[in-house]
Order: sequence, then C-alpha cells, then structure tokens
Amino acid sequence: MGEMEELRKEADNLKDQITEARKVVQDTTLQEAVAGTTLVGRVQLKTRKTLRGHLAKIYAMHWGTDTKLCVSASQDGKLIVWDTLTTNKVNAIPLKSSWVMTCAYAPSGNMVACGGLDNMCSIYNLKGKDGNVKVMRELAAHTGYLSCCRFLSDSEIITSSGDCTCILWDIETGTEKTIFAGHLGDCMSLAVSPDFKMFISGACDFTAKLWDIREATCRQTFSGHESDINAIGFFPNGNAVITGSDDATCKLYDLRADQELITYQDSGIMCGVTSLAPSLSGRLLLAGYDDFNVNIWDMLKAERVGVLAGHDNRVSCIGVSSDGMACCTGSWDSFLKIWN
Amino acid sequence: MAQTNSVGQGSNGVADESPNMIVYRKMEDVIARMQDEKNGIPIRTVKSFLSKIPSVFSGSDIVQWMIKNLNIDDQVEALHLGTLMAAHGYFFPISDHVLTLKDDGTFYRFQTPYFWPSNCWEPENTDYAVYLCKRTMQNKARLELADYEAESLARLQRAFARKWEFIFMQAEAQAKVDKKRDKIERKILDSQERAFWDVHRPVPGCVNTTEVDIKKSSRMKNPHKTRKSVYGPQNDVRTHSPTHTPAPEAKPATEEELQDQITYWGGQLDRHRLKMSKVAESLLAYTEQYVEYDPFITPTDPSNPWISDDTTVWELEASKEPGQQRVKRWAFGINEVLKDQVGREQFLKFLESEFSSENLRFWLAVQEVKKRPIREVPTRVQEIWQEFLASGAPSAINVDSKSYDKTTQNVKDPGRYAFEDAQDHIFKLMKSDSYSRFIRSSAYQELLQAKKKKSKNLF
Repeated sequence: MGEMEELRKEADNLKDQITEARKVVQDTTLQEAVAGTTLVGRVQLKTRKTLRGHLAKIYAMHWGTDTKLCVSASQDGKLIVWDTLTTNKVNAIPLKSSWVMTCAYAPSGNMVACGGLDNMCSIYNLKGKDGNVKVMRELAAHTGYLSCCRFLSDSEIITSSGDCTCILWDIETGTEKTIFAGHLGDCMSLAVSPDFKMFISGACDFTAKLWDIREATCRQTFSGHESDINAIGFFPNGNAVITGSDDATCKLYDLRADQELITYQDSGIMCGVTSLAPSLSGRLLLAGYDDFNVNIWDMLKAERVGVLAGHDNRVSCIGVSSDGMACCTGSWDSFLKIWN
Repeated sequence: MAQTNSVGQGSNGVADESPNMIVYRKMEDVIARMQDEKNGIPIRTVKSFLSKIPSVFSGSDIVQWMIKNLNIDDQVEALHLGTLMAAHGYFFPISDHVLTLKDDGTFYRFQTPYFWPSNCWEPENTDYAVYLCKRTMQNKARLELADYEAESLARLQRAFARKWEFIFMQAEAQAKVDKKRDKIERKILDSQERAFWDVHRPVPGCVNTTEVDIKKSSRMKNPHKTRKSVYGPQNDVRTHSPTHTPAPEAKPATEEELQDQITYWGGQLDRHRLKMSKVAESLLAYTEQYVEYDPFITPTDPSNPWISDDTTVWELEASKEPGQQRVKRWAFGINEVLKDQVGREQFLKFLESEFSSENLRFWLAVQEVKKRPIREVPTRVQEIWQEFLASGAPSAINVDSKSYDKTTQNVKDPGRYAFEDAQDHIFKLMKSDSYSRFIRSSAYQELLQAKKKKSKNLF
C-alpha cells in the first residue's frame, strides 16, 4: 500500500505544481481586463421558422456549410435534412436503430453521419447516383454508445463514445486510424478546430481534452467542472475552448494560458447545459439547457444578455450557421426552431 | 486535476444515481428555504363555503418570495423557475392536474418529501391501476376521474384483466385506510398523492420531467435504488425518507492509472503559458474586429434572409464580385483569405502576376490531398512531389533542409500527412511574405475601395 500512497502523493504534487504554474501567469482575470468594455446590448432573437416533422425527441442537429441546410436526428428513427429557409425536407432517412444520439453533416455536403446506442457510426451518401440515400459505411469498433461525430472531410471522421475513447476513422476502408484514449468517463461531445488539426472532447470525468489529430496525443486537459461535460466547442479563433456541463455552468478555457478564463453561471439556472454554440464574432455564447430555454451570454463579461424561450421540453442541441446568420435549436418536444 | 465527487461519480465513469439528482438537490435547497418558518412562504388554512382548505399558499406568494429571496429579477424568470419546480412535483396547484406556476390567487401546496423525485421513483402501472381504482371508490366530486384518467383506467383494466381482482383488493384496502384518517389530513394527502401521479403519469401533452437522457441512463448501475412500488405493504406515505443521500465515494485510481497521470502531468508542467492579460487582450481584439460581421449583434446589409425573406445577401456571397466588407475581412489574417474561395482566387491571381504562385499552389494542393480517399493519396503525393519538391521541379518551392529531409522520407511511404512539415514551413513563409504583399498591393486596394470596373459594352 505504501507504493500506491507514494504514487498518489507524486501525482497530487505534480497537479499542485501545475496549479502554481498557472497562477504565475494570472496577472489579471478576464473580468478585470474587460471591466472597461460595455456589456453587449440585450439580444432578442425571434423564432423565424419551426421545422416540423419529427415524431419524437430530437437528440442532435448539425448545420451544413452552405448555411441553409441542416440535418437532425430523432428517436423516431429518422435523420432529416432540412432546407431551413423553406422548411422543406430535402431528405428523410430511415435508420436501422432508432436510438440515435448524434448526427453530422460533411463539409462537402455530400454525406451525413449518425450513431447512438448501436455503438456504430453510420455514413450516408446523399449524392448517390440514383437519387436514393443509402448507407455507405458502418463504422463499428466502439464498445459504447456513439455520443458525437464530426467529419474532417469526405474521407475522415472523428467519433466520441461512451466507451471513454474517441476514434479517427478512414471512411473509405471503414477502419480505425487512431484511437484517442485518456478520458476516465464517457466521452459526450467533440469539436474540431478551425484548422482541422486538432479536436477537443468533453467527458463524464468532468474534464475536456485537446487532442492533436496527427500526433494522436492529448495536448492539454482542462478541469474545473463539477459534473459531466455534455457540450463542447471552439471559440471562433481556435485559441479557446467552451464547455457546458450538468453542473449548470459553461466555462471558457484558453489554450495558450492553459487554464480557465471564466465561468458562465447564474443561481437562477439549476438545470444542466446540453449544447452550446458561439456566435460568429465569439462575443455571444448561446447555450441550450434542460430547463427548456436557451440562454445567451456575453462571453467576455459573463452576463446573460438574452433568453430564447419557445420550446416545450429540453433543448437538446444548438448550432449557429457558418455565416452567423441563424441559430437552430432542437428539442425533446420534437421541433427544430430557427432564430435570429 | 482529480474530479470532484460531489455528484456520485465513480472513476470508471459509472453513475451511482439519477442524472437529474443534481437538479433535485438544488430545488430541494430552495424548497427548504421556502418552508422556513421565519423567512419562508406563509402557509395558511383558507375558509371556503362549508369547509376549510388546509395548508395552502397562492401562486403570487411564490412569485413574490422568489423575487425577494432568490437572485431573480423579474416575474418571467420567477414563473419559469417556479413552473420547473412544479413540473418536478415539489409544489402543485391543488385544483389542477397541469403542473405550472401562475402569478395569481391559485392555491398551491407543498409535496411531502416521501413523494419527492429524488427518491428515484419509477412507479409501476399496477400501482397506477390501484390508485385510479381507489379513486373510483371514493364518492367525492373532487376525486372524480378526469377524462384522460378514465381512459387510462380502461386501458389498464384491459392490460391487467387477469389480476384485476388483486388490484381491486389493494384499492379497497387503501380506501379503507384512507377513510380512517383525519379529514383535513386526508385532503392534504389525497392532493399530494394526486400530484405524485401528475408527475409520473402526466396529463397528455404535458412534459414528463422524470425522463432521463438515454446517454445518462445507460450508465446508471444501481437500478435497485429506484423505488418501483408506491403501495407495497412496507410503504407508508407518512414516514419520512432520506432525501439528501450523501454522494458515494469515487473508486480509487489503479497503479497503472496513477503512473499514466504522473507521466502526463510531468510533461504538462513545463509547457509555456501565456499571460492572462495577453489572452484577454487577444480575445477582446478578436471580438471587436468581428463584431460588425456578427449578424446577432450588427444588423446585416443587405438584410438577413430569415427576417426579410430576401436572399440577396447570399446571392452576393456566391457571386464572384466580393463586396467591400468581405474584402476588408481578408486583411484580418491570412486564414481569412484562404478560407474564402474568392479570396483564394484573388490571392492566387496576384501571385501569378508576380510569378511567385508556387507556394500557394503547393499549400492548396496539400490541403486537397488530405481530403482524398486513401487509395488516391499515393499517386497525388507523387504528383505533388514531382511538381514542387523534386530536383528540377517546374514549380520549385523553398523549404528548410530539415523539412525537406523529413518529406523525402515520408514520400517513400506516402500518407495524407506526408507534406505536413513542408506545408507548415510554406504557410509561415506565405504569412510573412506573400500575404503581406498581397494586402499592400494595388490589386487588393482597388477591390477594397470597390472601384467599379468599366463595362465594355456601355451602349
């Protein structure tokens, strides 16, 4: 037992040293630094479109890069690709397993992917020759549910899983290229950096990790949350990471300072954060909560500047289109809403 | 750092309690304050016609208390939080199955801790059947079944046809016990029991707040902690039950895990960390630079298609004629030029006019090969090598010797990242050299000033 004690002491000692090293660069706090900046004015976004068609809880949505199309996944066992401007359904794809938890749109617009309790990531080709949407690949290797997936290109995709790992896949061969292991709890969410060289994952071990895709290493780990991290995203310049947790807070971590910058919380908010997305400039943070609302935060001043109330059940997913014009929310009430 | 264990998280990622428990605890803290004798909500008995309404308070009382005692600014927020707490069953309107908070004289009552959701109730349909059956035995107008309850009862009778006699007997026994209770106590208990079922068998159309995200529920390992039977012989509504269960201890890390942690954190210790002031400055600068491009803060011109139904702004974006605002953005950094298709074209055009386009063309080619299907990669890698790096290459680029050697090795066993080092080097060159020249060029300045091109066909 003595050796374990020694190891534990050594580990704790190192962590204390790192806490000290992080303190050394704390010549100010974000809050102090922006004290002279005015709070962003009240942000009032309205529902412009409601996308109706799903028959059960919506668990995920993802915008395509062309700013009008998005894909959503629901427990009714369907993936729907929407033209969000006309509200028409471009594709309605029936799934083998209705226990879907995530979906993704390829940057090229040629494919969508989804996965869930079947532990697999299924890739669908939207631009098949005869016009039918078919399963192109089924990526199977995870030993836990598929919580999130994001395309790097038409050839590669990254997935996160309840088995505590993330995997980089080669789509064409359907094989695992790299396994990113290190989290001590289910991985719930992932996001790819703007330069596609790195990605971040949030997990049920209350930490977020930054991974180098090519080197297959964990570059940095961020902690501070008191419960599962459900949502994660990059600040638009790729230098900071935003997380959302069951502890009802969101946090901003900076990669270069290697620490937390600020926490977004309010004693009136009790329910966990399910999803988040920054606005185009990064000044606003839109976060979806289990209490059916989306709260809009001034990311620098950490104050709430708006609320999107319109869903009748939990907001499970949120996304801001690539030109920043619209925000899409999906909910357990089976509807998607477009706000701006 | 080691995860805090305030919410029963084992280190192997398995949860010991309901994922909603965190929220329940927060609500129960508020309830405790609401029930405080001195500073809580005043509870009273109201006289009405021939009887008394015991132990109630009004919706407005709740709203007022919340605004005064919680960090809540306005009525809308109070109603939102209050409705959430009602929907979870912590207090309820005594005359309505629908659990919402209204800011008026509607009467509410607190739920008894026995029925709190933190007790992990998952009541069976047999219990619901017993309950509905019992209700029909009591000849009181206030206990008449609502339509949806009558439908549920009919459904349950069909489903449990074989054991209905047993269910009926249980209902009878319950009704007998209830009759013996004090009249006032009965009123209160009846309403609390009804509110419990309103949470677990909500009115059609109402949210079932006991639902759990399947990602979380698949992790729960202690199903025996859930309480399934409301009316079993050992369950008496009046007994108090523990509500704030202490969070279970986390599993201690294994030796291997500790070694891994030590190696990892040892490596992290000496990393370079940028000063917070610099970081804050850079974040502030970024948001300030882009705020005019953020449609949620600055109204777009032409208008946002979702608001005006006018898609001009997207048509302009797709056209080859870049607007002034778009061109201005290219000067923010090389990435802005590279990620805008028209920006890339203009940049390339400029470099070609200077006969120095090989760097950009190399960079673009390498970006492209990274997206190719793996079977096409080796051929493309060879082509890029021949075009840009081989001796006597037609578009020779200048790479440092270290990257050159590494690339030479990579090309022998070509993968997607064969040119990564060379590409990084070329990117840095472009950023400091070609890109700066482009931004200073007259070609760019003209675009920026939106000088109109003279049309050839004027008349």
